[in-house]
Amino acid sequence: MSVGIVMLVHTALGRAEQVARHWNAAGCPVVIHIDKSVPAKTHNAFVAALSDLDDVRFGRRHRCEWGTWGIVAATQDAAERMLEAFPDVTHVYLTSGSCLPLRPVQELIDYLKARPRTDFVESATTADVPWTVGGLDHERFTLRFPFSWRKHRYLFDKYVEFQRRVGFKRRIPDGIVPHMGSQWWCLTRRTLSSILQDPRRPVLDRYFKRVWIPDECYFQTLARQYSLNIESRSLTLSKFDFQGKPHIFYDDHLQLLRRSDCFVARKIWAHADRLYDAFLTDSAGAMNKTEPNPGKIDRLFAKAVERRTRGRAGLYMQSRFPNEGWENGVTAGRYSVFQGFAELFDDFKPWLARATGTRVHGHLFAPERAEFADSQSVMNGALSDCAILRDYNPKGFLTNLIWNTRGERQCFSIGPRDNQAINWDIAKDPNAQISVISGAWAVPLFQSNRDFADIRKEAALLQKIENDFLDVLHSPYVKARIRIWTMAEFVESPMEPLQTVIDEITQKTARRLSEAPRMVDLAGFGQFLQNLKNQGMHPYLMGDFPVEQTVPTRHGSPPKPYLVR
Amino acid sequence: MGAWKSYRLRVERRRFLVRAIRKRRDLRLVANRTKRIKPGDILLFSTLRNEAVRLPYFLQYYRDLGVNHFLIVDNDSTDGSLDYLADQSDVSLWTTRRSYKRARFGVDWLNWLQMRYAHDHWSLVVDPDEFFIYPFCDTRPLRALTDWLDASSIRSFSAMLLDMYPKGRLDAQPYRAGQDPLEIANWFDAGNYTIRRNDYYGNLWIQGGPRSRVFFRDMPDKAPALNKVPLVKWNWRYAYVSSTHMLLPRGLNRVYDEWGGEKASGALLHTKFLDTFTEKAMEELKRKQHYAASLEYRTYAARLKDEPDLWCKWSERYINWRQLEILGLMSKGNWA
Repeated sequence: MSVGIVMLVHTALGRAEQVARHWNAAGCPVVIHIDKSVPAKTHNAFVAALSDLDDVRFGRRHRCEWGTWGIVAATQDAAERMLEAFPDVTHVYLTSGSCLPLRPVQELIDYLKARPRTDFVESATTADVPWTVGGLDHERFTLRFPFSWRKHRYLFDKYVEFQRRVGFKRRIPDGIVPHMGSQWWCLTRRTLSSILQDPRRPVLDRYFKRVWIPDECYFQTLARQYSLNIESRSLTLSKFDFQGKPHIFYDDHLQLLRRSDCFVARKIWAHADRLYDAFLTDSAGAMNKTEPNPGKIDRLFAKAVERRTRGRAGLYMQSRFPNEGWENGVTAGRYSVFQGFAELFDDFKPWLARATGTRVHGHLFAPERAEFADSQSVMNGALSDCAILRDYNPKGFLTNLIWNTRGERQCFSIGPRDNQAINWDIAKDPNAQISVISGAWAVPLFQSNRDFADIRKEAALLQKIENDFLDVLHSPYVKARIRIWTMAEFVESPMEPLQTVIDEITQKTARRLSEAPRMVDLAGFGQFLQNLKNQGMHPYLMGDFPVEQTVPTRHGSPPKPYLVR
Repeated sequence: MGAWKSYRLRVERRRFLVRAIRKRRDLRLVANRTKRIKPGDILLFSTLRNEAVRLPYFLQYYRDLGVNHFLIVDNDSTDGSLDYLADQSDVSLWTTRRSYKRARFGVDWLNWLQMRYAHDHWSLVVDPDEFFIYPFCDTRPLRALTDWLDASSIRSFSAMLLDMYPKGRLDAQPYRAGQDPLEIANWFDAGNYTIRRNDYYGNLWIQGGPRSRVFFRDMPDKAPALNKVPLVKWNWRYAYVSSTHMLLPRGLNRVYDEWGGEKASGALLHTKFLDTFTEKAMEELKRKQHYAASLEYRTYAARLKDEPDLWCKWSERYINWRQLEILGLMSKGNWA
């Protein structure tokens, strides 16, 4: 017995010659089909170069345009030639000029010898395959495709649409159940000859000529009619990208290919010298026996497809700039935004850093500069604290910061004094956790020693700005996790809200907070608000603070941090 | 895109082409070896002035990458660049004394040469201080990339400009001819780039890096553009609009994915900041031949006197393309 190799060749004929010699040296007869579009000169040189080999034949030439009948016709003729010329061939293996045998040919022969009645052809019904390009699966078999998908895409699409609208349907020949699968199969002489000598073949051929991409379904469908034992997988390793074109293997895939358990790989870059040298040697040197690990190859190419279609969340760069809503993650990681906390608590920053172990910045969008943690002037990724640079593209600043520090949660303060340009961006970002104590901007004013007319003016302005921000946070488009307390509410019982926020950041450590941040002394704050009211301003965002002090008063020395159990 | 805009862009492109044809008269032929260009060769185009010290390494780098032929316009060099280039067997050389600025910073000259010689070739347009890197550039030659782009029906390939700088003063380590400039300037800014979309030409407008951080912090909108599309399967109808930042037809600027995915992209390592830079900045200041009345050079000169260190604590040291991939500055896309 022997295994016959049918090779479809259209470019890189030098490589094809090398591979043909390799098959031949192992005792496999080879029938080569050369694409009709190859110039006569190149063709003749190629034929002449192989003329010293006995068991090499050439099939009748067809023009093989992708997705058309030519490839099937070429395969049919070459296979017929093979069966006729080499009567001891028991299996026929279909390969292309850019296929490369990965394992010693003898192993393939032994493998097939042990399975004399098995046909290796990937063959699945149309309902079960996810890989179809252009959304055409079953319709491949029921519509007509007179226009080239490659050259006349517009006409192709329009004609498909037209047929759908009109309700046109071709009749599938009796007894045929459409199957699809990889083009690269290995069939037994029995199955292949049954397909080629079928009395209905003219009918079937006429039907399949008008099917789209017949090379992926002709043999795959007909093998189901005659085969006694189909193993629905291809012996050829072939990976496809998201557009349905095959991934190409290069020199740096050598180790990966050594670990494949497939017999043949497709497609190999014609200039991958190392691969050709490594695999086209005699069987002794061919394989340094390594444990097959085909999963590794699968993962590599699955990741490539994923990167091309979904990309890395939160990344904006020269070749990934998603439209709004298509970011699959506005930012690269979770972060927390606090409004009013730094005003209400003296030592909020160090306290938060201790309690959560995250990176705690000050007001990143402060008008003077971006207050990075540890008062650094430059942060990860050489991000500058310069306010002008930051305000040139505030959203870019934020997404850069979160991308540059991925793996480490960032916390920062915002407030009505700051640049408000990112309000919508953070509100619509599911990665953001926004906690607001409304009205707390009044505390620094309360503590300041400025002219009261100025204070009143600024209070009015800040209140308006904060109110606008709260409106954003109340909008139905919000995706961030948002908590808002009025200042009065918060001061009433600060530990509970703090615990909730911290738990969310640290992912529910069951630990209770043992230490609270130190709240500023609010004695007289109620009176301060009353003064604002008396001046005609209406402070309302902080909730109701009675003029008389009812919040925990702290006379004398500031109290020690208290423990909560 | 409406019919009117499409028409306007077409007129604009034709205007650039006519300009390029007209500006061919600026060029005087020094060495024409374009007969040696074979179908499918990868071509490199460049305009330069007084870059003799950089040329040996520059040519070597791109030869090793797999560039087959160099087509170079020399703009009135006085340091022997011309003679050096004329001796190279894979260089075709033109020279001109005409204004760089009036040729739209050399774009017209190169557009002409590309129209004439690059049709149906992959064409790489870089300056002598720019080093093109792309995914797998350490294991796969440039031909592997262009073959893959061909197979994927991609006509243009993005490579963002990445400013490289030394640690310490720019003039601390002198650069010698033939040396890899990345031995000296091997630091870069990893994550301070901002991007906007230019809706007219459909390209991205990228700014940032050390030049924004140090030189242009008070006027970030004036900071130089870093987006580049240097590698294009050329057609004589194409035209670069402004440097290699964008080109027409505008479909060629669509080198980025808008639906969340990543397209493949590379980077141009820009080794402008060597000891030669200070001198160059002073000269260009006098010539006023650069963009926006050499604002860039004026700002450099002003800042460089007191603070010639671009390095900061968060600067990243360059290792290889994989590092840039991980940092999100370039992407493998679906090339694996």
